This record gives sequence, structure tokens and C-alpha cells, in this order.
Amino acid sequence: MNEEIIIAGFGGQGVLSMGKILAYAGMTQEMEVSWMPSYGPEMRGGTANVTVILSDERISSPILNLFDTAILLNQQSMDKFESTVKPGGVLLYDPNGITRHPQRKDIRIFRVEAATESARMLSAKTFNMIVLGAYLKIKPLVSMDSVLKGLKDSLPERHHHLIPVNEEAVKRGMEIVKEL
Amino acid sequence: MGKMKLMKGNEAFAEAAIRAGCDAYFGYPITPQSEVMEYLAAQQPQLRTGMVLLQAESEVAAINMVYGAAGTGKRVMTSSSSPGISLKQEGISYLAGSQLPCLILNVMRGGPGLGTIQPSQSDYFQATKGGGHGDYRMIVLAPASVQEMSDFVKLGFELAFKYRNPVIMLSDGIIGQMMEKVELFEQVPRLTEFDQQWVTTGKTPDRERNVITSLDLDPARHERHNLKLQAKYQKMRENEVRFENIDCDDAEYLFVAYGSCARICQKSVKLARAKGIKVGLIRPVTLFPFPSEEIGRRAAKLKGILTVELSSGQMIEDVRLAVDGKVRVALHNRMGGMVPSPEEVVDALLKSFSIR
Repeated sequence: MNEEIIIAGFGGQGVLSMGKILAYAGMTQEMEVSWMPSYGPEMRGGTANVTVILSDERISSPILNLFDTAILLNQQSMDKFESTVKPGGVLLYDPNGITRHPQRKDIRIFRVEAATESARMLSAKTFNMIVLGAYLKIKPLVSMDSVLKGLKDSLPERHHHLIPVNEEAVKRGMEIVKEL
Repeated sequence: MGKMKLMKGNEAFAEAAIRAGCDAYFGYPITPQSEVMEYLAAQQPQLRTGMVLLQAESEVAAINMVYGAAGTGKRVMTSSSSPGISLKQEGISYLAGSQLPCLILNVMRGGPGLGTIQPSQSDYFQATKGGGHGDYRMIVLAPASVQEMSDFVKLGFELAFKYRNPVIMLSDGIIGQMMEKVELFEQVPRLTEFDQQWVTTGKTPDRERNVITSLDLDPARHERHNLKLQAKYQKMRENEVRFENIDCDDAEYLFVAYGSCARICQKSVKLARAKGIKVGLIRPVTLFPFPSEEIGRRAAKLKGILTVELSSGQMIEDVRLAVDGKVRVALHNRMGGMVPSPEEVVDALLKSFSIR
């Protein structure tokens, strides 16, 4: 197993933390993991992205330009990364704010209305966990237990009371994701 | 196996500093290595081991604090990124001239000048060929993983004290910023016994005065000092060469790359071998001393070598010296914070040597 993922969106959407939780969860299951963020000015309001690799083998390059899965959460990311999905790969996106939807016919495209759902749950901060749930429904590489452990390891203790609502969000994401 | 942690390279370096029994860190923040001091500050090393953590008023101040503290025989370190390391060069030359052990980390970013905060390897010449003035060398360790960002702290201190010489870890924005699994080593006690032969901890009646200086106005004596330094660097060349070979045994072509580029090339090796091209990778782990012998002895059997660098082509000069014209050495490089993809490196190999 070797899963190469790009997660891209606006700074503040929780793109980097989502990648981190996925990496922690993979580590819990004794996978090799790497997490390589874009860093710098784009973290302050612009676009942010992170490359996460989960693998059974020692990971070579943490930098990639082709991916098994792209999780794209704004228009700029869609424009930049739609073409980087390997043929037969997965593109998961939130249609909120998207004006040009993905066009490719040689990949599997999934949609998750995470922004709408997080507003409905009255908790905008669960957005990224809804997206993570959607991803895990498509590719169940890590278990819910590992995700919860990942949340516990990556969140400071003062935020641990938020774990149940995040768990709820992951489950919602699994329910509402749709293949196009 | 100990407990695995998921950490950024910069954080692993900082944690390793505490665990290696470092006595003091002096630094000044700069992207992309600011997590080093952030992590240290959060850990409160003064409570964990008694290690001093001090944010100096500038890089110049920090390296001179390193000079002062190193003179007392303590394990001391500093870290910065390219423009900051340039500011430290005068101090590094003085440390080398005065034969003081210390560990320096450079998390390289693109230059020249303020350049960019994105990753680069364009300080290779600066680290391996001097940087500051005068005939001196530092042992240069090039970590290619978060694990090595931790392991090389311990190794770096050992080498620094073995040779009474500054050791530099030459990392970059990729290795500093990425998170990977790391197994941390056990806490090493802080140094309490000093080598009284040279440290300045106060003269006792039973020994001569120790003087730490790089100044000597007597040319004959100063030449002897220089010869002694050169003999020491020769010992490093004989004893401290480190490298990693990947798929080299049947290789017709070689990548030579260090740090983050070596990671990219590992993937390129897999991709190229899937196309039936017999390519291997030599990853220099020490950039000084350089694994010239290892590269040189393979040269005659090869059809070509491609060095892959985030610079205009700096390490390639050492590779060319090592092969001494026995095989053609080509370069694939990116600059200014751009990073090549593994596929791009394979294409460069095919083009450079007209492989079909």
C-alpha cells in the first residue's frame, strides 16, 4: 500500500491539521508516513496545501507532482491540482465556492458538501473533519479508532473536549459523500 | 524500538539538542527554522536539563555567545537559515581558528541576499569550502530525514569534541518543515567533566594558563598552527567520510544527491528502474569530508552521473574532481525555492545521456 495525497484549500480551512491527523492515524497503524506542508506567506490567508504519504514501505520523496488522491477545497486548488491526479485516481472536492467543476473523465470524482454541513452542525471548525470522513469512506486506509488517537495526539489537551464533535463530523462526512 | 513520534525536522533537531545534553543554545529566529527556538521555548529546557536557551539580539551576537560558551568546554549550538548563517561567518572562522567545538544548523533557503523562504541547497560552497576567511574546514553533515535531524545532533557533538572543531548540519526548508516518524534517543547527561587541557574555566595552581584565541602575530608560530589545523582536516578526510548507497551494485548510471534532493532521487531510482534503466544513488552524508573515493572507484564502470541539486550546481564540482574525467557528469538543478519532481529528474537523466 502506498497512498499519495494532496490536500489543498484556503489557509484557515484546516488543511494542514487534517493532513496531520491523517498522518498520526497512519502512524498509529504502524505505517510509514510523511507530511510536507507548503509554508510561508500562503499560510496567512492565501492558499495552503499539504502532501501526505501513507505507505507500507520507507518513503522516498516527500515532494510529488502526481497523486493518488487530491482533496481540493477551493477554486485555486482545483485549477492547480485537478491535472495532478493519476489516471484512475480520486478527486474529492467541496462544491462550495467552486465555479469550474472538475472535468476529467479518467478519474473518480467525489463531492462532499462539507461547508454546508458544518454550518448545519453549527460548528464551522468541523469542516475539515467532515472532509476527512468523506475521504475515509472512499479510502478506508485508517480506522476511526486511529483517527481519534490522531486527534488526541495532535490536539493540545485544552481542546480535547472537542473530540466528540469531531468524531461526529467524521461520521457525517462518511454519510454525505457522493460519487459523481 | 522506542516510541515513535511524529515531528517536524526542526522540532526533532530541537528535542535532540536537549537530549544530547546540550548546555546552551543561542539563536535568532528566521524562516524556515523558527520552530527550533519555538520548540525549545515551549519545552523550557532550563527546567528539563538546566540547558540555557537565549534569544540573542542578532545572529552575530548569537555566534559570538557560542564562541564564549564553547571556550568553557560546554556543548553549545546555534541555528539559522541562509542569510543568518552568512552573518555568522566571521564568528565561525574565529571558532575554527581557535579550535572550539560547537554545532551549527543551517536550514537552507534560497539566495542570494534575502532571497526566498523556500528550500534551497545553494550554501554548499559556503559550508564545505570555508565561508568565512582563512584556511579552515568544518565537518558538514547533510540530514535527509527527520530521523537524521535528530540523530546528527548527537553525532555532531561527538565529532565537534573529537576534533575540537565546529560541525555544521546542512539541512534545508523541506527537511526542516516536513513531519515524519522519528525515534528519539535517550537523554544524555549534560557535560560536567571538562577537558582541562584547553578550557578556560579559571586557572588552578597545578596548570599553565589556557588561552583561547585565533590571533598569533608570530608568523612562524602561526604557520605551525595552520599546519596543525590542516593535519586535523586530513584526519577528518581519513576517518569521517559517510555516505549511503542505494541500488548501486548493478548501476550503469548514478544519481549523486544529498539532503532533500536525495529523497527525491530515491523515488527517481524506482521510476527509472521500472523503465529498465539501471540507475543507483550515492547520497553523501558528510559533504566535508566528501565521499570522493567511493564515487571515484565506481566512475570507470559507469555510463554517466547526474547530480541533482537545489543550486546552480555546487556539489557537482566535487563529483567531477572525484571522477577525474573518467565519466561524464551532468547536472539537473532548480533554484530560487523551486523543487524538482521525481519524474522531472528521470527525464533529465534520459536527456542528459540520450537514453532511449
